[in-house]
Amino acid sequence: MTLDEVLAALFPGGHTVQPGPFGTIDGTARIKGAGEIIVVGIAGGTPLGIGGALLLAGHVLDAVRAGRKEPIIVLVDTSSQAMARREELLGLNEYLAHLAKSLAFAAMEGHRTVSVLYGPAAAGAFIAAALSSQILVALPGAAPSVMDLPSISRVTKLPLDRLASLAQTTPIFAPGVVPLLATGAVTEAWQAGDDFAARLAVLLAGDHAAVDTRDQLGFERHGRLLAGEVARQVAAAAAHD
Amino acid sequence: MIAAVQIGRADWYEASARDRIAGLLDAGSFVEFLGPEQRIMSPHLAQFDLTGAFDDGIAVGRGTLDGQAVLVAAQEGRFLGGAFGEVHGAKLLGLLRGARERPPRAVLLLLDTGGVRLQEANAGELAISEVIHAILNLRRSGVPVIALIGGRAGAFGGGGIITACCSRIVVAEHARISVSGPEVIETNKGVEEFDSRDRALVWRVCGARSRYLLGGADGYVTGSIAAMRKAAAAMIADVPSFGMTMLQAEQQRLTDRLHRFGACRDAPEIWRAAGLPEPDRVGDIDDEAFLTMPRIAGADHDAR
Repeated sequence: MTLDEVLAALFPGGHTVQPGPFGTIDGTARIKGAGEIIVVGIAGGTPLGIGGALLLAGHVLDAVRAGRKEPIIVLVDTSSQAMARREELLGLNEYLAHLAKSLAFAAMEGHRTVSVLYGPAAAGAFIAAALSSQILVALPGAAPSVMDLPSISRVTKLPLDRLASLAQTTPIFAPGVVPLLATGAVTEAWQAGDDFAARLAVLLAGDHAAVDTRDQLGFERHGRLLAGEVARQVAAAAAHD
Repeated sequence: MIAAVQIGRADWYEASARDRIAGLLDAGSFVEFLGPEQRIMSPHLAQFDLTGAFDDGIAVGRGTLDGQAVLVAAQEGRFLGGAFGEVHGAKLLGLLRGARERPPRAVLLLLDTGGVRLQEANAGELAISEVIHAILNLRRSGVPVIALIGGRAGAFGGGGIITACCSRIVVAEHARISVSGPEVIETNKGVEEFDSRDRALVWRVCGARSRYLLGGADGYVTGSIAAMRKAAAAMIADVPSFGMTMLQAEQQRLTDRLHRFGACRDAPEIWRAAGLPEPDRVGDIDDEAFLTMPRIAGADHDAR
């Protein structure tokens, strides 16, 4: 889906979303039942670098400071983090962390945070822009990944056809919405033909746990069978004598 | 006690994860959770013809540092590059969640990781996000989380992002912190963009001294475990609190950095632009001389 199609489908009541520097977008939209909401994002498959991460974090912090506690929607169509010497020299890890912190803080302060993925998002950009909200929705065209299969093949030195066939039997490493839904990373995957505005309204109206339940989600969906139990055992040991 | 003294003098870079913990904490105080004897291993590696480790490459537990109760996690950089897999990540996540329930004086993260373990990429990536979430919640509740970096694998990928989510960061002389590793950038963008075999260049871009001078790390220590212990204890005493004031200050700090140094392509350009004395000698001087150098204005901050 194009950005315009996504905006029209999510916000039929109108929006003020405009492009900004570094592929970022920001504005507001009106949602039936939820009133005005904040919309930010990175569009056009632009790699997420220090400039973009800083702008997005700034928008999020502005919204928190304003104190209206309206929902924050993060639209995501990026590639990966910007891969360049200059980005790393200036401390890209701090900029991506700052964005993750700002989104986490907004949630702590009572904003509902929803990332909506409608294009690719890989690696560090996936962590900072997509996985840092309370809810991650995948739309048609979403292509989340940690790393693409040819790159995994290069690094692990396993033939691509073997990886492709393994990917059919386990959701643990392969890119795509389906495996990331199974592991609990993607909360919901919406299909073409769904009423996106209605589904968003349901998400925004619903309760959400203040705690991170993605390990339970992964267990229920049979995509991450061990994580929740291992974490529970260590937490129990750490909390007792 | 001889062993403890030897461990204390030992090099952080060369030591195993458990030797680092042994030398970092008060002698004999470490109690491991889900240790190797329980053989909680990765179920995913065999299908890739890889041999697992009994601890999945991370040790977690409790102990004391100068008598103060701490929780500690140490990644083993020599096992699959210390990378995050499902079990590995869940052990760290569980430690942070346990800390929320029963707060220690601090949580110490001895990170040594190339990032996500690609054989378990989705579980590893998600674990990193869960760990970030747990760290921030813990910080919000007032528990310091200290990152100690200086192992073979550095702190790359999501490990670099986790590092910058901690309350304080201490780097030892061999530390490297980055998101995309030099090899990844070279593979994707070409050798002209980043020659990963140019060790001096890698060092200038993501090495301990560059990070410390610019404010990407809060403490710099020589390579001994004893020095790391001293720095960790000092850091616990004074950490930034996680809230709006800090985040606004971080927004400003990172904006200023981008404006001041955004045109720089190599670290000495930054140091020259910042007016540091002898910017071309930073890589050559010994640790003692380095530690007497001034840092870039603003590098000593609470905006983290």
